[in-house]
Parts: sequence; C-alpha cells; structure tokens
Amino acid sequence: MSLESIPLPTSTGPATPESAPTGPRTSALTESGRPALWDRTGVRLALGAVLPLVILAAWQIVTATGLVPAYRLPGPLAVVQAGAELAERGELGLHIAISVQRVLLGFAIGSLAGLAVAAVVGLSRAGDALLNPTLAALRAVPSLAWVPLLILWLQIGEESKVTLIAIGAFFPVFTTVASALRHIDPHLVEAGRCFGLRGWSLFRTIQLPAVVPSVVSGLRLALAQAWLFLVAAELIASSMGLGFILNDSQQNGRVDRILLAIVLLALLGSLTNALLGLVEKKLLARWA
Amino acid sequence: MIEDMTSTLDAPSSNAGGLRDRGAASAPAHPQSHEVRLDAVGRSFPAAGARQVVLREVDLDLTAGEIVAVVGPSGCGKSTLLRLIAGLDRPSAGEIRIGDTPLRGTDPRTAVAFQEPRLLPWRTLEHNVALGLPRGTGRREGRERVRELLQLVGLEHAATQRPREVSGGMAQRASLARALARSPEVLLLDEPFGALDALTRLRMQDLLLEIHAAEPTTVLVVTHDVEEALYLADRVLLLRSLLEDSSSGSIARTVEVPGDRPRDRADRTLADLRVELLEGLGVHG
Repeated sequence: MSLESIPLPTSTGPATPESAPTGPRTSALTESGRPALWDRTGVRLALGAVLPLVILAAWQIVTATGLVPAYRLPGPLAVVQAGAELAERGELGLHIAISVQRVLLGFAIGSLAGLAVAAVVGLSRAGDALLNPTLAALRAVPSLAWVPLLILWLQIGEESKVTLIAIGAFFPVFTTVASALRHIDPHLVEAGRCFGLRGWSLFRTIQLPAVVPSVVSGLRLALAQAWLFLVAAELIASSMGLGFILNDSQQNGRVDRILLAIVLLALLGSLTNALLGLVEKKLLARWA
Repeated sequence: MIEDMTSTLDAPSSNAGGLRDRGAASAPAHPQSHEVRLDAVGRSFPAAGARQVVLREVDLDLTAGEIVAVVGPSGCGKSTLLRLIAGLDRPSAGEIRIGDTPLRGTDPRTAVAFQEPRLLPWRTLEHNVALGLPRGTGRREGRERVRELLQLVGLEHAATQRPREVSGGMAQRASLARALARSPEVLLLDEPFGALDALTRLRMQDLLLEIHAAEPTTVLVVTHDVEEALYLADRVLLLRSLLEDSSSGSIARTVEVPGDRPRDRADRTLADLRVELLEGLGVHG
C-alpha cells in the first residue's frame, strides 16, 4: 500500500515491468531491419512462459514424489480439480464475478473521485491549501484500519467493500494527477486564457489533455491497489468472492483452494492490467 | 528545418487577394480595426524594499490598421506593455481602452502570438488554429476559416500534422494563423520571429506584411531587432530602461518611419534611422 513507487508525472511507461510486451517500448532493429532476437513477439512469449513452466514442473515433481506431503502442498492437478469441483457446483463463476464486479466498481468510483479532487487541489491554490493536509493524513491511514468503521457504518454488504476498494483506487490517481496538474507548462495555459478559455473549457481543452500520461499511470497503480484492497475487504467480512475462498479454505485447511484463489487473482490481475494497457496505448497515441 | 520555400513565398501572396474578397463578401461582421489608447499607463512589481517600476507614464494611441513596433533594451518593459494590452496583466496606474471600452482582462478583440508558438502538442495544426476561432463559430464556417488561414500562412499541406512534426518556422506560422482566426482588431506579437533562423525570419516578416495587406488589423509588435521594426512598422516606439533613469516616462522616442510598404531593406533613410535607434539603445557605431 506504499505509494513510493508512483512514477513521475512525465513517465509514460507501464507501471508494471512485466507488461513490457504491451508497453510502448521501442524495439532495437538489427542491421537486416528485423527486430533483434529478444524483441520478436514469438520469442518474448516463449521466454515469458519458461519460468512458469519450470515452476509447474518442479511443483509436480515434489508433490508426485511425496517430497512434500499433500496436506501441505497439493499437486497442480489437485488444484485444477478443486477448481472444477467449485465450478460444477456453480460457485466458482459466482465468486469470480462478484470479486471482479467489486474491483471494477470500486476502481471506477475511486479513480473518478481521485480525478475530481486532483483537479481541485492541482489547479487552485486555495484547494491545495484547504485539502492537501487532510488528504495526506487520510492517505497515511493503513487500509485495514478502515474496515471496522466501514462495517459499522455500511454493514457487511457490498457498499462497505466497494467503498474500501474505492479508497484504495482514489489515492494513486489523486497523487499522480494533482502533481501533474501543478506542473503543466504555464505557457500553454496562458495561451488558452488568451483565446478566451476559462474554467471548465480551459480544463477540458488544455489542462486535462496535458496530464493524460499521468492519468494513465495513475489508473494503472489504482487498478493494482483495487485488487489489493479487494482481498483486504473480502478476507475480513464476506460470504462470496476470491478473498472469501482464501479465508474459508484457511479455516478448513483446503490448501488446494487457497492455491486456486491465488492463481485466479494472479490471472485476473494480469488480465485487467493488460486491458488497461490497451487503453493506455490508444490514449497515449492520441494525447501524448 | 528549411521547409518548402517556394510554396511559402508564392502561396500566401496569391491567396491574399482571394481572402480579402471573400472576407468582404462572406464576413460583413468583420469590423473596422479599432484604436487602442493607453493613458498614463504604469506597471510596478513588488520587489525587495521598494516597488520596482517597469513601465511609467506610457501614453500611446494606435490608429486603426497601423503597425507599431516597440523596441528597447532588455528589461525596459516592452513585453510587459504587450501583456498589459493583451489583458494578461493589469496596469498599476493609468487606463487602457480598446475602442470605446476600458480593457478588463483578456478581450475577444485582441489576439496574441508569442515568441514560442505555444501550440497544443496533441492537436494537429488545423485544430490548433481552430482554437483561436471566436466562441460560437459554426462547425462548417470554422472549418472553412481554418482552411483559409492555413492557406494564407502556406500551411495547407501540413494541416493534419502535429506541432512536433513540423519545423519552428511552420509552428510559428500556425501560431500566427491561430491569432488571426478570431479576426482580431488588435494583433499583438511578442518577439514573434525572435527564435527563428535569419532566413526564416525575413520570410516571416514578408508573410506578416502580406497578411496585414489582406486583413488590415492594428498590429503591435515587440521586437529586439531594429531592422525588423523599421521594415514592418509605421511607427517605432523606443522604450528606455527605468533601472538607469528612474524619473522619466518609459517612452524615450517615437520614430515615424517614412515610405510605403513593402520597403527596400537597403533604403538609405532607413539605414540612417537604424543608426539613430541603435544609438538610442546605447549601441554606438
């Protein structure tokens, strides 16, 4: 939940290095005009798959040979079976759907609110002086500290979880965008004022487009935070979702289901991040 | 860096006449250029200890359609003067009127082109020019006007390019077209060609005169180039730096430039005036 990794406002690169194939990286060309070996798509995909396959093989070997007892680490097949079993009962889809819905809702609400507050703080000195100290203090509150309060206020329904995720998504967007808005080229803003742009039209025409790269990197950090806060919310109080599977399986000693939930979180996180990467590519081509 | 030179030099002059005709026929709203009046205008900034006076007692009348150049040593407040008339800054003393009304903030009747093009990097040149259109311009009308202006400044071939894809001279021409898009009564140019190479600068000066012939607005141009001032302007204002002389007004001299435009750059009288003005700037030959 540390915000130290927030990139500079000018950074247009992907927030996570593992997404390099979708990121705007310039490929080195060899003398023959073909991309260098390490930059070819096929080679990259194959190389990226090496480590997971090695881990999978090692996992299979240590479990099949009985090196690690099954109650500590079930084999890969057992995990797949656990998934199939849950899917047969129609529960797996439900758990995934509810978690994805919470993340997307919280992410959308949190980043929109982050954008709006960033505009107030980044564009007006009064807003900065008024809100910044409070927001800095709120940001310092560890995520789990909100849980008891949210549960008392909003009960153990969807609202408390979505709110917690929205809090998580709010700060990355707020921090990167507010700082980027403070550093917009004053020449451009002055030119806009010269041509009669004020308030909302100035924001829409000049200030917002100028910070699109920062908005994008803020969104990527916010998405990662949203998944983090999802698990925090579901671990503590829920009857559905991937976090619930984790918590429930811990109490029942179902290591296979714990592993299943972890793998699913990894896949879903990568998938949403990749989708956001596509949006990023489009936005940066248009506005950067 | 050097863009298609022949088209730059020929295209605007052949289009200028056409634009004037169209302007008269299709835009009756385009008003006669108003005059600008500065009455004892002063500007001072708070500094350590006392207030630092940058401009004092500037009286100035710009007649409609006139080109006035402002020259002076650096720090004499010539850019401040332009920013005051643009409404980007407020005078600490005196009053500025445009037409019959006192100036309050930026005014739709004025337009500015800066030393840097200040184009929005994410917009194509044509969309950058469109930014200058008056509020409430119809979509089709606006597109038509942008096309005319791009032709006027010889950029029709680069309409869909982004600012970082074109040369400094082309960007500066787009900036000029953007300022012209609102059909300003007063065109304010802050060292508009200062950052360009010598050859491009000469061509831009001719372009400015062609534009002025096609759409005769009042022009105030701040420059550090005495020759440029004498080539372009009807009148040249020489400002003095108040750092050295703290009691008198800012305007040291006003020089009426003789002869009709386009002028011969090698003209004898201009050469004499140049020496005079340079002496006024403290440069002795």
